Amino acid sequence: MMMADSGSNEEVAVIVNTDITSTESENNLINTMVERGTALLRKMEINVAEAEKRTGKNTVNMQETYTVYLIEIRPAETVPEGGTPATPDTLWRRYSEFELLRTYLLVTYPYIIIPPLPEKRAEFVWHKLAADNLDPDFVERRRVGLENFLLRVASHPVLSNDKIFFLFLTEEKGWREAVLETGFQDKVDSRLKSLSAMFRVKNPDKRFTALKHYSDELNTVISQLLRVRVKVADRLYGVYKVHGNYGRVFSEWSAIEKEMGDGLQSAGHHMDTYAASIDDILEEEEHYADQLKEYLFYTDAVRSVCRKHELIQYELEMVAQDLVHKKQQKEELATGTVRIFSLKGMTSKLFGQESQEQRESRLAALEQSIQEGEEILKEKNTECGEFVQTAWEDIERFKEQKDKDLREALISYAIMQISMCKKGIQVWSNAKECFNKI
Amino acid sequence: MSVGTPRGLASSGQKPIAEILHPLSAAAEPLSVTVNLGGDKEAGLTNGTPVETSSPASTSSLFNRLQLDDDLEADVRDPYAETTETRDLFVTVSDPKKHVSTMETYITYRVSTKTTRVEFDLPEYCVRRRYQDFDWLRIKLEDSQPTHLIPPLPEKFVMKGVVDRFSEEFVETRMKALDKFLKRIADHPVLSFNPHLNSFLTAKDLNKRQGLALLTKVGESVKYVAGGYKLRARPAEFCAMGEYLDTFNQKLGTIDRIAQRILKEQSEYLTELREYGTVYSSWVGLEDELRRPLEGVAGCVTTCCGALEDLGENMSQDFLPVLREYVLYVESMKNVLRKRDQSQAEYEARLEAAILRKQEDRTPMPLEVEKCQDKMECFNADLKADWERWQSNKRQDFKQLLTGMADKNINHYEKCQAAWESLITLLQDKQTEDKSSETN
Repeated sequence: MMMADSGSNEEVAVIVNTDITSTESENNLINTMVERGTALLRKMEINVAEAEKRTGKNTVNMQETYTVYLIEIRPAETVPEGGTPATPDTLWRRYSEFELLRTYLLVTYPYIIIPPLPEKRAEFVWHKLAADNLDPDFVERRRVGLENFLLRVASHPVLSNDKIFFLFLTEEKGWREAVLETGFQDKVDSRLKSLSAMFRVKNPDKRFTALKHYSDELNTVISQLLRVRVKVADRLYGVYKVHGNYGRVFSEWSAIEKEMGDGLQSAGHHMDTYAASIDDILEEEEHYADQLKEYLFYTDAVRSVCRKHELIQYELEMVAQDLVHKKQQKEELATGTVRIFSLKGMTSKLFGQESQEQRESRLAALEQSIQEGEEILKEKNTECGEFVQTAWEDIERFKEQKDKDLREALISYAIMQISMCKKGIQVWSNAKECFNKI
Repeated sequence: MSVGTPRGLASSGQKPIAEILHPLSAAAEPLSVTVNLGGDKEAGLTNGTPVETSSPASTSSLFNRLQLDDDLEADVRDPYAETTETRDLFVTVSDPKKHVSTMETYITYRVSTKTTRVEFDLPEYCVRRRYQDFDWLRIKLEDSQPTHLIPPLPEKFVMKGVVDRFSEEFVETRMKALDKFLKRIADHPVLSFNPHLNSFLTAKDLNKRQGLALLTKVGESVKYVAGGYKLRARPAEFCAMGEYLDTFNQKLGTIDRIAQRILKEQSEYLTELREYGTVYSSWVGLEDELRRPLEGVAGCVTTCCGALEDLGENMSQDFLPVLREYVLYVESMKNVLRKRDQSQAEYEARLEAAILRKQEDRTPMPLEVEKCQDKMECFNADLKADWERWQSNKRQDFKQLLTGMADKNINHYEKCQAAWESLITLLQDKQTEDKSSETN
């Protein structure tokens, strides 16, 4: 974990150089979900400004359509009144490149809860919402999500200093090669293999067990919430849209009435307005769903840290167990007693006693390997301790971030509901005025 | 008492059925005697208002009728407004009671009357009636005043198993509809003087069998009218009425379907919303810091559920029945139009026959043709007056109905808004609290 830090120190210097002044980036911060005043964000402003559809040939020479996102960075400085801000540096990235960046971060920083990417495919969508990956609304929501991801990484005390991340923002070409050069993929493979193997930790850390349990439950509750919200949105959409039929029938009815005609006709228009208003309301609510989704995906990141802790713990326990075993062997060899039935004991009995020299050399070898084992155990212990310490630090940070974000999300949801009520009251009051003229 | 005379004054449409009605009003006399006995008991229990009160009222009600007559002769703009100002007959249906006997189970309603009219011996009456009594009244009115539009009764038959006839909502809705029915009759310048209404409002026991004998008699005359004559040309104004009714009926049907669909969508929305609230509640248990906001949101969702439930109940109890009443009203109106057409057809046929004969033997126009003409003209006049009245009522009713719908929706949103706003106040207070404790 330290190597990443040391590697990026130079980069920080570079960033400082490109910067002119400024510690104030307050005005430039778009996303309120990201904490302010952290390393990279203090020095540069990051935007995912726009998305563009492109067509090209993929690796298997098949024609494909994909979306690229324009990343803009510019030094964060307070623009003088009336002055023009510095021209941003821009580059295009595909979603898959964001994915690669995230995988890299995930492997390189196992003790950090890596911010999740926006969903690859639209999930938990109510039926009126297009589920197509190239749908403009989906692309727009993803653009916001990707920007949010970059801001989260850039504001993270550790991740913001990563060299590869900086290159991702600044070097359009050659970035992929630079990532692959780090050799993180080898680590992925070996780690994944061990992860897939069934293992059971003997002395699990209670804090991590609890955290894992919490993230499982949070995952369940948020996905349930999103599922129900979709149904709620669907029904609400129905309620509003059916009101639109009043618009038509009032207008038709007004044609056969004398005194009532005008009132009905204009009330009909208000019913049309009412029916149409739901589109904006639900689109706005989609932002709330995205905020919840981010935390749904965050639960996976949390679980991943827990798994990695388990893995390290497991390795530590294996080393310890191995050492105990070796020490036991040594004792047997030294005292000549075989406490436990073993194949070696059997063979020695069957094929006669080994010579003194043989015994001594074996004893020395064991001694050697025990010493090595002690070393490894010590290392593993330190590694594990460090992991727990750094990971817990990040977990604490995450918890704080989560409480703050979700609280704000809930408040903004309540504000949305209020605005929906106000809109409803407005439209019905207008309609009532018309009905009164009947 | 002289029931016949003011009735003749009240409407020009009384003449052709006067012959039929005379024996009827005579038959009603002994009825009202028994009525008075029963009525005395009921009214005497509530208050012993002396009979004298009816004497000043008689002049006012006479004045009212005279005034109305003037109106009819002149231009009838808004007869509804006139009657509301000088109303002298107030009828209320209330207090439904369930009766269980070995034979049947049924509901009766209290019908209370307050009046200053001379036709009533007492200023107040109170009787209990069941649906079939209302039905009897309606048939009587239709038969004795065929030229008039009789307000509709709520549907008699309900789908068994689908609707519980004895449920509170059903009885409540039906009671409101019956109340409306009687009020509309009581406000009508002609129908309110019908002796059958009088006995319905006052008699302790309705002598329905007597009515039945009459029914067959009147029924014959109706059948006689119905004997197929072909209509030549319906006057444009009645054509317009027919067309209006068709379109209006169609629009009513559409509005009814929309309203029902909205109710269905809302109830499904409510189901999902309830679950939505439950999920927030189940989240509360996982969190420390987020406890209050989550509890708050769950609470707001529950409040919104309650508001939505009220909205749905109000709409299905107040909105839909009015639409139904008007659907039935259109039926009644069409029925009167049909009868008018028949009387016109009859007149035209007889006139034609008479003209033919006249050409042959130069006899004067026979009396029966003139009678037919009178009858048709009376039909036309009554129908036009009733039409104006109905249009005016309809406008008032729909104004009330639709503003009511708007109010209910506004009210629903206001309840939700208040809940969410109180949540925000709560959370913001908490936040500033936290901040100040941090700085401290």
